[in-house]
Amino acid sequence: MTDLSHIRNFSIVAHIDHGKSTLADRLIQSTGTVQDRDMKAQLLDSMDIERERGITIKANTVRIDYVADNGEKYVLNLIDTPGHVDFGYEVSRSMRAVEGSLLVVDSTQGVEAQTLANVYQAIDADHEIVPVLNKIDLPASDVDRVKEQIEDVIGIDASQSMLVSAKTGIGIHETLEAIVHRLPAPKGDRNAPLKAMLVDSWYDSYLGVVVMIRVMDGMIRRGERIKMMQTGAVYGIDKLSVLKPQMVDIAELGPGEIGVFTASIKQVRDTRVGDTITHEKKGCETPLPGFKPAQPVVFCGLFPVDANDFEPLRDAIEKLALNDASFSFEMETSAALGFGFRCGFLGLLHLEVIRDRLEREYDLDLITTAPSVVYQLYMKDGEKRELHNPADMPDLTYVDHIEEPRIKATILVPDDYLGDVLKLCQDRRGVQLDLTYAGSRALVVYDLPLNEVVFDFYDRLKSVTKGYASFDYQLTGYQEDSLVKMSILVNDEPVDALSMMVHRDRAEMRGRAMVEKLKDLIPRHMFKIPIQAAIGGKVIARETLSALRKDVTAKCYGGDATRKRKLLDKQKAGKKKMRQFGKVEIPQEAFISALKMDD
Amino acid sequence: MAEDWQAGGFGLYVHWPFCLSKCPYCDFNSHVAATIDQAAWGRAYLAEIDRVGALTKGRLLQSIFFGGGTPSLMDAELVAAIIDRARRWWPTVNDVEITLEANPTSVEAGRFRGYRDGGVTRVSMGIQALNDADLRALGRLHSADEAMRAFDVARGVFDRVSFDLIYARQNQTLEAWRAELKQALGLAIDHLSLYQLTIEEGTAFGDRYNAGKLRGLPDQDLAADMYEATQDICEAAGMPAYEVSNHARLGAESRHNQIYWRYGDYVGIGPGAHGRLTLGGTRHATEAERSPARWMQLVDQRGHGDIVYEPLTDTDALTEFLLMGLRLREGVDLGRLDALGGGVFDNNINGLIDIEMLERADGRLRLTPAGRPVLNAVLRGVLGG
Repeated sequence: MTDLSHIRNFSIVAHIDHGKSTLADRLIQSTGTVQDRDMKAQLLDSMDIERERGITIKANTVRIDYVADNGEKYVLNLIDTPGHVDFGYEVSRSMRAVEGSLLVVDSTQGVEAQTLANVYQAIDADHEIVPVLNKIDLPASDVDRVKEQIEDVIGIDASQSMLVSAKTGIGIHETLEAIVHRLPAPKGDRNAPLKAMLVDSWYDSYLGVVVMIRVMDGMIRRGERIKMMQTGAVYGIDKLSVLKPQMVDIAELGPGEIGVFTASIKQVRDTRVGDTITHEKKGCETPLPGFKPAQPVVFCGLFPVDANDFEPLRDAIEKLALNDASFSFEMETSAALGFGFRCGFLGLLHLEVIRDRLEREYDLDLITTAPSVVYQLYMKDGEKRELHNPADMPDLTYVDHIEEPRIKATILVPDDYLGDVLKLCQDRRGVQLDLTYAGSRALVVYDLPLNEVVFDFYDRLKSVTKGYASFDYQLTGYQEDSLVKMSILVNDEPVDALSMMVHRDRAEMRGRAMVEKLKDLIPRHMFKIPIQAAIGGKVIARETLSALRKDVTAKCYGGDATRKRKLLDKQKAGKKKMRQFGKVEIPQEAFISALKMDD
Repeated sequence: MAEDWQAGGFGLYVHWPFCLSKCPYCDFNSHVAATIDQAAWGRAYLAEIDRVGALTKGRLLQSIFFGGGTPSLMDAELVAAIIDRARRWWPTVNDVEITLEANPTSVEAGRFRGYRDGGVTRVSMGIQALNDADLRALGRLHSADEAMRAFDVARGVFDRVSFDLIYARQNQTLEAWRAELKQALGLAIDHLSLYQLTIEEGTAFGDRYNAGKLRGLPDQDLAADMYEATQDICEAAGMPAYEVSNHARLGAESRHNQIYWRYGDYVGIGPGAHGRLTLGGTRHATEAERSPARWMQLVDQRGHGDIVYEPLTDTDALTEFLLMGLRLREGVDLGRLDALGGGVFDNNINGLIDIEMLERADGRLRLTPAGRPVLNAVLRGVLGG
């Protein structure tokens, strides 16, 4: 056990690409925690997707031994937190496990919206914050402007910012000293009953479930019986380790320390981030505050392109779910798409990550239906229901009112594009909460319905600002609004996979966009096909796909019979990729494109 | 019991694989060669006729067709020798049709009389367009004037002369095509083949198209308008379409091509030629080696030039029967369809009759006028998924 006064626990807050992982790598490397030959760029981002996209999805931690200039030996625990709002709750727990943060800002770019959301989490957790201006070796670096911005936008003192180039190693030593001298030591009582926070957990194919904890009070030792206070489950500690970043066994962990254990836990699902761990006997009385069960926010259907892939998809989803308590699923049947799953996610990135992993790691071709948020239905008989799937929307006559989730969106945008951003937010039923300037950029805060954001908001934002805007959001609560289910009818047959919940005022526009898109996506048939968007029995938008006028081979003589026959046989086989609606065949690609979020 | 092919007839196709130049739209098996040893080719063709003749001896031959390539590059003696040899194996019907495809140049017109004397009864001329600019764009070596002179020679020599035009060409307007077609009908005797330009993979046009460099092609609507105008104009002139792209006065239809569409048996001889032969009660597909040099070598060394000789399954035969037969305005015979196992498609067929793409009448199944321009879609619908 290390003495409290010689422990420093911290996280790094940064926007994507501002150099968080590079800085973490450099801190680890310069203290000799990892030998140079074992160094892989961005050591802490372990999943392919994390490394490729430069984002952190799971919390990672590393324990660094550091001998400071004063000759004292310190233990520095770095928790690399998820950098995305979808994982906001996980971030908040990680933040509660440490006492300080390094706020990394790219000195060539300045503060971004995502930085803001995470730094507010750090401020909420009462962190001491050390600003780190990265990439000062680049010619475009503008240290003074960025310092000013940090003070204006975030409201913290930036005069003592560390000037760093994680790439070249400038300022790394000074940053380590600042961690020791400017961040507070943790507090805790080693004689009190054990109280530890479950910060994160993951599945390791050799060890089973690995649980990361921060000890608040008391001591935890190998072999002890412990209890998870939220789930009530009891386990015996098999293995207790610290991460350097590979596991190094340790006999005990005391207050202020961060480590991992295994305890023959079968599924990650059995562990809850934010849960309090104590001893089975003589445990603490009250759990740590702030625990929340994982709550999916965005739902969509995942269907195999090839119906034969349903069982492999089920296996893959079950495997992923074992390691991700925040991902939920249940079977869904669609007339259009066959058998699949309705899945719940923490947000759009979470959705994308899971889908990518299913396609990549399990080699599946998937159709993703339009993402939907969770609506609260207040029925006339007093019942309250959650609606995850527009297809399940009951008849409006039974519904008293509907509430939808709203978010607080934070957008930072160069003022040249401000007008476009305000218009976009306004079009999406947004309510402006705040508008301030920081240098040549505007900080816009809007209250927006989440369902307008999951549709294509982020892509529209990127396109109207040429990619210069940054965006982040947090859920704020539910609010009643005038919401309706819009159905799509092709040749008078409803296509369940295309129905969606929309605001009444926006229904016509959305319906028009959808029918126009479908008109281009569905191939012409031998007859004309009406494509309609409707609310209840009322058609709000209509296009007619005209009949095929000409499709005939000009020449077909004796030498062509074989080739034409084989072509027809091939087209027959290709029909498996078509979905039949009454007399109309809709190619699978049409669903994919019509529902594509980024169009 | 009669075999199914007998309802379609029996013919001989002879493929001459050489051209003076390769047209950019053409995906037929044609080659440009510096010298051609016509005597050697003659020996190979005769050997092949002897081989197949022995297998099908005594069948009544309705037609011989010299296609290519450019068969009007063949020596008249070679054509005559092939016809003679065919007659030795197969009795012919009284009005046997012997067609030769010809390019409309003065050189070739000079050979017409020789072809007639050797037994050719009909020529089919690749005129393709009636103005010089479009002929150049199509890679043709003749001018419109030269074509007209060759055509005049042909009609003086043969009773039956047909010619081909290609429409829906680059930058062609509907009005320009209507005018050109009317001009063509003024020249035509009793048969015309009118093909919409089709961009085929592996041709010069195909490569240009894939590279995005083949501009000015009509969209589906203009192509459909041109097709409709073609039907109307030809019908009014007494030359209705008896097949998708073939128009004739009543009785002047190409008998040889009708063997294909009525799904008869045909012998295919020469590089890349295909055949259908019912032997031992089973329909077989044959296909000859495409490369002229290798084909000659195979015939010489192995005794035959075929690289494919395989039985067709019942399903294959049924598919071919429909895909060929529905091209004809007369459609297919319901009795034959039934005998070939067409009952499996009854539901699909009834669905297409409901939407008025097909009709059953006079013991036949055929396309309605609305179904004709979308034959491929109708076939996909009949064969189902």
